[in-house]
Amino acid sequence: MKNEKEREDYLLDICDFTPEMKKTHTILVPAMLEFHFKLLEAALNSLGYKTEILTNNDTHVVTTGLRYVHNDTCYPALCVIGQFIEALKVRNDLDKVALIITQTGGGCRATNYVPLLRKALKKAGFQNIPIIVLNLGNLRESRGIKLNLKFLSKLVAAITYGDTLMYLHNKTRTYEVTPGSAYALVNKWIDKLGNLIRQNKGTKKSYLKKYLPQIVDDFNNLPIKLKPAPKVGIVGEIYVKYSPIGNNHLEEFLVSNGAEINVPGLFGFALYCLQNSIYDYGYYGGKHIKLRITNILINYLEKRELLIIKALKDSKFTSFTPFKEMKDYSKGIIKHGAKMGEGWLLTAEMIELIDSGFSNIVLTQPFGCLPNHICGKGVMKKIKSLHNDANIVAIDYDSSASKVNQENRIKLMLAIARENIEK
Amino acid sequence: MRIGLDIGSTTIKCIVLDDNFNVIYQTYERHYAHIKENIIKALKKVKEQNIIKGEVYLAMSGSAGMGIASGAEIPFVQEVYATRVCASKFLKDASCIIELGGEDAKILFLENGLEVRMNGTCAGGTGAFIDQMATLLNVTVDELNNLASKHEKIYNIASRCGVFAKTDVQPLLNQGAAKSDVAASILKAVVNQTIGGLTQGREIKGNVIYLGGPLTFLDQLRASFDESLHLKGFLPKNSLYFVAIGAALCSDALHPLDYFIERLSSYKTEGNYRYYPPLFKDEKELEEFRMRHAKDRVEIKSLDHYDKPVYLGIDSGSTTLKFILIDDEYNVRYVKYMSNEGNPVSLMKDALIELYEKYPYVNIKGAASTGYGEELMINAFSLDGGLVETMAHFIAAKHFMPDVSFVIDIGGQDIKCFKIDDGIISDIFLNEACSSGCGSFLQTFASALGYKMEDFAKIGLLAKKPVDLGSRCTVFMNSSVKQAQKDGATIDNISAGLSISVVKNALYKVIRVTDKHSLGKKVVVQGGTFLNEAVLRAFEKELDLEVVCPNIAGVMGAFGAAMHAKKLHLTQSNILKLDDLKNFKHQIKTYTCGLCNNKCSLTLNTFQNNKSFISGNRCERPLAKKVTGDEYNIYSYVQNILSSYKPIEGKRDIDIAIPLVLNMYELYPFWFSFFTSLGMRVHHSGFSNAKLYLEGQTTIPSDTACFPAKLVHGHIHKLVKQGYKIIFYPCMSYNIDEQKGDNHYNCPIVAYYPETIKNNVDEIQNITFIKDYISLNDEKVFIDKMYNMINKKITKVTKKEIKIATKNAFIAYKEHLSSIRTRGQDIIDRARKNHKPIIILAGRPYHVDPGINHGIDKLIVGMDVACLNEESISHLVAKFKTNVMNQWTYHARLYAAAKYIAQFEDMNLIQLVSFGCGLDAITSDETRLLLESEGKIYTQIKIDEITNLGAVKIRLRSLLEALKERGEKDEK
Repeated sequence: MKNEKEREDYLLDICDFTPEMKKTHTILVPAMLEFHFKLLEAALNSLGYKTEILTNNDTHVVTTGLRYVHNDTCYPALCVIGQFIEALKVRNDLDKVALIITQTGGGCRATNYVPLLRKALKKAGFQNIPIIVLNLGNLRESRGIKLNLKFLSKLVAAITYGDTLMYLHNKTRTYEVTPGSAYALVNKWIDKLGNLIRQNKGTKKSYLKKYLPQIVDDFNNLPIKLKPAPKVGIVGEIYVKYSPIGNNHLEEFLVSNGAEINVPGLFGFALYCLQNSIYDYGYYGGKHIKLRITNILINYLEKRELLIIKALKDSKFTSFTPFKEMKDYSKGIIKHGAKMGEGWLLTAEMIELIDSGFSNIVLTQPFGCLPNHICGKGVMKKIKSLHNDANIVAIDYDSSASKVNQENRIKLMLAIARENIEK
Repeated sequence: MRIGLDIGSTTIKCIVLDDNFNVIYQTYERHYAHIKENIIKALKKVKEQNIIKGEVYLAMSGSAGMGIASGAEIPFVQEVYATRVCASKFLKDASCIIELGGEDAKILFLENGLEVRMNGTCAGGTGAFIDQMATLLNVTVDELNNLASKHEKIYNIASRCGVFAKTDVQPLLNQGAAKSDVAASILKAVVNQTIGGLTQGREIKGNVIYLGGPLTFLDQLRASFDESLHLKGFLPKNSLYFVAIGAALCSDALHPLDYFIERLSSYKTEGNYRYYPPLFKDEKELEEFRMRHAKDRVEIKSLDHYDKPVYLGIDSGSTTLKFILIDDEYNVRYVKYMSNEGNPVSLMKDALIELYEKYPYVNIKGAASTGYGEELMINAFSLDGGLVETMAHFIAAKHFMPDVSFVIDIGGQDIKCFKIDDGIISDIFLNEACSSGCGSFLQTFASALGYKMEDFAKIGLLAKKPVDLGSRCTVFMNSSVKQAQKDGATIDNISAGLSISVVKNALYKVIRVTDKHSLGKKVVVQGGTFLNEAVLRAFEKELDLEVVCPNIAGVMGAFGAAMHAKKLHLTQSNILKLDDLKNFKHQIKTYTCGLCNNKCSLTLNTFQNNKSFISGNRCERPLAKKVTGDEYNIYSYVQNILSSYKPIEGKRDIDIAIPLVLNMYELYPFWFSFFTSLGMRVHHSGFSNAKLYLEGQTTIPSDTACFPAKLVHGHIHKLVKQGYKIIFYPCMSYNIDEQKGDNHYNCPIVAYYPETIKNNVDEIQNITFIKDYISLNDEKVFIDKMYNMINKKITKVTKKEIKIATKNAFIAYKEHLSSIRTRGQDIIDRARKNHKPIIILAGRPYHVDPGINHGIDKLIVGMDVACLNEESISHLVAKFKTNVMNQWTYHARLYAAAKYIAQFEDMNLIQLVSFGCGLDAITSDETRLLLESEGKIYTQIKIDEITNLGAVKIRLRSLLEALKERGEKDEK
């Protein structure tokens, strides 16, 4: 008979990554945002952490996920956990690796990713692998990595560069004269910035002010040939929105079908998580001191985001709406109280995209994603009534959702988008 | 001239347009997965017509053509877009198009900008669905259409997806409902599914056009749509070919026809789909496998001149009827396996007559039945006994392997598995409605691809690269097969892949094995599906284990029933004799029971001597056997409380209407008292039923949301229709903090569904719909909030009034909870005094709605068991640590209830899980762990719109049976 003892084995509170492990252990990072994560890796390295971003993305990842995670759980959990376990299976330094996972918190079931990972690790026989929990919205709750201002500033710098590179890459990849040149340019910068970050340079505001305009300038000079292209925005649940494993290489598919894409950056999500504490205070009351710290953080992040926008100003590229304004775009559709999952941000991002000319939108969501029933599919009718040109297609991602079906729907969206260009 | 090709999931449509856009030639052929060959064939046929002069524009459309088009560099047009192009050219005044295809359902709104709806990944196919249902009824699709024209009544069949509908249709057939009524109900389900799933709030009106195969061929389907939409739709000329015509119109590639044929012929499919290792390396391996399995057998002997005692076992299953005679040595003396053709009683009668006439000396000493139709058979033929099918399979399996550790049975419709510890069933797994791809699933695919079932399975045995199709339900599998075909998988590899999928489905979806060894070493497999060697092999390979598959695998249930009959030790069986059978009468009447809220659709079977049997009932009331009491049922107690709230006249002439949905099931007393204190009349929308659901379904934006959420639309509609001007339905991120968990959230659906109502239900635009964000955890914040809200949106009130109302509301809420808890204790005491077992039917407060729980509570009480819910006992446990984030108030109660009952011998828990509830993926694992760590059996019942309780009954009976055996064993 199983007993209390056994159950305690994987209690979620235990963070077993100790400071000593910093020297000995390699931290495995699941893949999600290619550019950001490479820079984030550099930031971690500069603090003395050894890291490795997982690159295994074959079908075994999902098959393994299916085996070790309850099949009705969200697809992102299945992918991430599958990727971890697949990676662990082929390693021979199991006593020298740790895993890092992000946690969003809130009323969504995604808050259970850590317990799910622990359960899966135990089932797969890897229960001794330590886990680091990184909480994006509430950094104070992160466990395993010592959080200080130094780390925070590096993290935010990585996001700043990452968002910039992702934005510019998407602005140019569809039109590049030499295939692959935009991607090559991104990688040139990631190498350069990565090296700087590893040398404890590059993350201060002065560096950002120096390098962001240089990056923009480089892309400004990249030879492109404009053509009429459907402008498609991608929004949705954070993992399937960003991760090619999660969304069956959606970006690639859209670009190869001649679309210009726009994927809202990570700043939006980070700020959304922080902003919710402020709104919570308004709705439900709470401690004022907590509010002040959050406000300082928000202010800090918003200033970094403005640096990107400023750098873009002097280029041929249109800029995007800063979070400060964008956060109110959901007004009249959904209240700021809707804060689970991507909540009101999802709605606000769609409006921002439509306002900036990306009225064709792929709304990605894991099959059965609860918050998206409300903030994604649930607002499509309303958005359509407010913006006649909105051309939104909702796509569910799941371990066996067929790619043919998904692409067929997206192709319809593209056909309508093309027709709208001709009008 | 122009050629358009439409490559659908099952057919290829080819049309030729002349320069004036007239259709001068068309073909419509099934492609049986040989897509490339059949496209070329279709084009060559065009060529033979000698109608193409010079160069021709050509384009392809249809989901199955996407890959080939890009590979062969032929223009491709998305099919919905093609439809639109064709419609705008030829049907200038169309406002809306409804197009049903083999697997797709689409609605195009053409006015005020194009809006297109396609069925979601979950909603399943339509043409394929009708095919499946016709197979189930054992008629052709045309016959189904003809039958439907003669219907008298419509049954409520779940309109969500094919698999769900099947679970509704099957029992209807087994209960003897008229085929014509079932046929019409099936078509109506398609209509409901299309309207409910696709309109998403936009009304279908104006000039409606019907397109696609099913709507072209089935006039009854069109009639059914007309009826539901209250209009007369129009079936245009060439209704099958709109996609093809649209593709032709869109093409910008002008070449000689031979050029296109050449491009297609030189296009090689890459065959780079995901695949598994072959099932068998070679013929030799297959031969060894056959030799090994030949050992597991019972002797099949002749009944000729055999007048010694024999025992009859009947397994009246969902699609088949099996019966068997065994002798005292357990040799099989007679076996018959029939497809039940929706009329098991008359089949059984004929079979018995045949037996008696051929072997007049047959000496039946006992007869018993099992399966879905167990009771029907007992009543019809005066059998001596019956047993729940899990038990029947278990005792049969023991005959082949006395120390069996695991039994898995894959039948036509269901998968049943159970684990055996110490000779007692310790865990039961039945497939939930969503993963029922089983034997009939293979069969449907076989016939869709143009094969007989037996041949289809055989061609997969030596396939070199079986397709990896994943392990999902039938609907997903359809799409996966489509994809595999696109990737060039040949039919043998698809066959093998499907067999492997069935196994994976059973192992990973139903049993959810993570560790191969958890099934133990002694596994018996049974059910007709395992006689399919490909499935058997796939199972062994997947488990890496040699299993026992008896030669009578297909009739193990009947064998078990016969063993049971033998165990009765009767001197003579009571079963009807030849003379009785010759005078046998069986009449079927269907009617709706009006004794309670469930409104069960009952089938009254009347036999000779006016003996009758009622099926379709949830509780015992229509049987008038006994009125089992509400005194053991907390669900009816809570229902009674909620029904008893009546609006009270106060000083303000204002009506507040509250939808009785989701968290309102618990908070109604709170809000009732709050607004009553303010002198307003408070009304609720009552319990849910099918009609209410259907009336609200057109505004549901997400077809994969849970059923309780979808019901909200019906409740709001009802309140608006009743004329209420103020509907109060607040958003609540947080629930009340009961100090049981790490946090006290509501799930996202409960928390924010009012937003979805606001954004999708147009009717509320003309009334005051209040959906403010409210929390009950800080009284001061609450009072301020309500003060502002009411003054702004309802009427002038004072702060003092709000304060008093708040106080009263909290008192009412606490009293409500404590009355449930007191009643819970009463039930426990009463049950213990009378030695009744207690089952906690644990879900969420809204599972009290009879429209959601479908009367499972009554079913439990009808089995002489007391029925409690989670909230009536959750307060009895102190806060404890769980292995998951215990962050939702309702689920914290669930965990607490599980923890509590684990201490008591006489208490067990059944978890009610809503299909589509994402949280339950997490909660069910934790609840299982909590129970199993204390040696309890975990049972889960998945509920949706499904109203049939057949599977639930089996589960309950199996559980009770297992508990009984456990009790007996402990006493020994």
